[in-house]
Amino acid sequence: MSRPSLLHEVRDKNTVFSFMQTQASPALNVDKQILLYLEGLSVSFDGFKAINNLNLYIGDGELRCIIGPNGAGKTTMMDIITGKTKPDSGSAWFGQTINLLEMDEPAIAQAGIGRKFQKPTVFEFLSVRDNLVLSMPDERSVFSLLKARISGEQQDRIDEVLSLIGLVEQQQLGAGSLSHGQKQWLEIGMLLMQRPRLLLVDEPVAGMTHQEMDRTAELLISLSGQHSVVVVEHDMDFVRQLAGKDRTVTVLHQGSVLAEGSMDQVQNNRKVIEVYLGE
Amino acid sequence: MLLWKLIKDDRGGQILLALLAIAILLVPMLNALPADHALHLPTYTVALLGKYLTLALLALSVDLVWGYLGILTLGHGAFFALGGYVMGMYLMRQIGDRGVYGHPELPDFMVFLNWDSLPWYWMGMDQFWFAAIMIMLVPGVLAFVFGALAFRSRVSGVYLSIITQALTFALMLAFFRNEMGFGGNNGLTDFKDILGFSLQARETKVGLFVASAVALAIGYLISRAVIQSRLGKVCVAVRDAESRARFLGYRVENVKLWIFTLSAMIAGVAGALYVPQVGIINPNEFSPLNSIEIVVWVAVGGRATLYGAVAGALFINYAKTWFTTELPDVWLFALGAIFVLVTLFLPKGIAGLFRRKEANA
Repeated sequence: MSRPSLLHEVRDKNTVFSFMQTQASPALNVDKQILLYLEGLSVSFDGFKAINNLNLYIGDGELRCIIGPNGAGKTTMMDIITGKTKPDSGSAWFGQTINLLEMDEPAIAQAGIGRKFQKPTVFEFLSVRDNLVLSMPDERSVFSLLKARISGEQQDRIDEVLSLIGLVEQQQLGAGSLSHGQKQWLEIGMLLMQRPRLLLVDEPVAGMTHQEMDRTAELLISLSGQHSVVVVEHDMDFVRQLAGKDRTVTVLHQGSVLAEGSMDQVQNNRKVIEVYLGE
Repeated sequence: MLLWKLIKDDRGGQILLALLAIAILLVPMLNALPADHALHLPTYTVALLGKYLTLALLALSVDLVWGYLGILTLGHGAFFALGGYVMGMYLMRQIGDRGVYGHPELPDFMVFLNWDSLPWYWMGMDQFWFAAIMIMLVPGVLAFVFGALAFRSRVSGVYLSIITQALTFALMLAFFRNEMGFGGNNGLTDFKDILGFSLQARETKVGLFVASAVALAIGYLISRAVIQSRLGKVCVAVRDAESRARFLGYRVENVKLWIFTLSAMIAGVAGALYVPQVGIINPNEFSPLNSIEIVVWVAVGGRATLYGAVAGALFINYAKTWFTTELPDVWLFALGAIFVLVTLFLPKGIAGLFRRKEANA
């Protein structure tokens, strides 16, 4: 649970986290230890059911891996959670009080859901540092942005994240000049700045070297606990590394949950083998 | 001090503002020299320079939305023309009973149409302060309403460009109609004086030139203040990765809306300064081609630099004046050639030349 860190942040007058809390519509309530409820979700595009009666619960502080063949609805699911796509039916709640289906993307982001895209998406014409500055959960309205300044604490936080993602020396460079792997890291850094309660990560290790993959796995594992992390990934080695022995893995197939359990259970599940190996 | 902060890292802007300051001092002095002096600057040239400066201000406003927000507006001429029409209305009211028909209140074209009183929207236009507010308010409100509709429904890219074209085209057709009360296809002209100074007087023309230069400098500094703030960085972020900005919690449509509105207001001021210097405003200013031409100025000057837009507008308009007097048939070919050459050899426009030097230094 993140209570101690939350208390700690509330005590400091100017911390960004408390500001974000007041911005978010109703306060987040995770009394039942569940952060995200997706129930009976369905959405179809031109008759094709991308999501079909999907039920998924993500615990508070959990690290959940989601796998599934192409077209299983992984990205559509993320689109629904982040407000980009509205489902035809079903419900999506963030904690027990926040109805995600009534909010648009910025509101959901401000409520504490961060998203990393499959393709690294950073602001190429801004410096690495400015990318992080814009990601802080700070001013969001047009007129306060005009006179926004960076406080000392925010400065420290930026430096901390910069060293965590290994881009201290590149901080004044344009983000467009970074390598593919570095952009992935910068995007992860932007999510860290955002301090979301729930982090949705779409194929984080695409195009990364093995060392970078190991570092990413380490980072994501260290983030769980304080944040809930949902990772969608194709790379089985990476999923095994993340899930370890006891974390839950969810297999999506044709828009609904096919199997759920530990990595070993899932791998030995008959239905999963059928879907993956076509037997 | 505060102003210096705005242009501290902006070599192009420093040069631009320095040149404007020199022009404000030098042009009136050279113009005041006796006509046979070698350095004498004819009043005609002063008015021409003043006109260029207002067009540069217009280009600046387009660069703000196109260069920094990625909204390719092909209808900014509409905001310019609206500002111009408001100024034209004020100038018409200043004519008083000196019109051809000698009516104490109604402009000539209304007498000609057998109208017996001023339409309600001409009320108050005889007061300069009121007109001055309207010069910014009318384009601003139009841009706000248009932007609210377009950006909320997430119209972007080519579609938005086409709607902006439609906007200016529709306004052009509307202003061509006599019953609109804006002089139909003749527009508003035959102005006599502004704030009590005769528009024919040399001093007034110099004054309008200085006002245009000051307006350009202020417009530049305001745009610079926006661009330098975190809002400016959010603009660039929206331009380059709109959905990423949304998922970070920024209300992209609000950012677009306010910058678009600000830009339209700047364009309105530019139009208002343009009209007394050219002496006429008519519906052709709404012509879609005009708006496209502005975009060409900005492209030639270099996007997303602000000073590049100014340089592009001055360069193209000077070239236009030169060609249309010396080789009138060649002008359109020359414009095409300039555009092609700049695209080929100076993809970052005239401002790109500066930036290369900065990078080497």
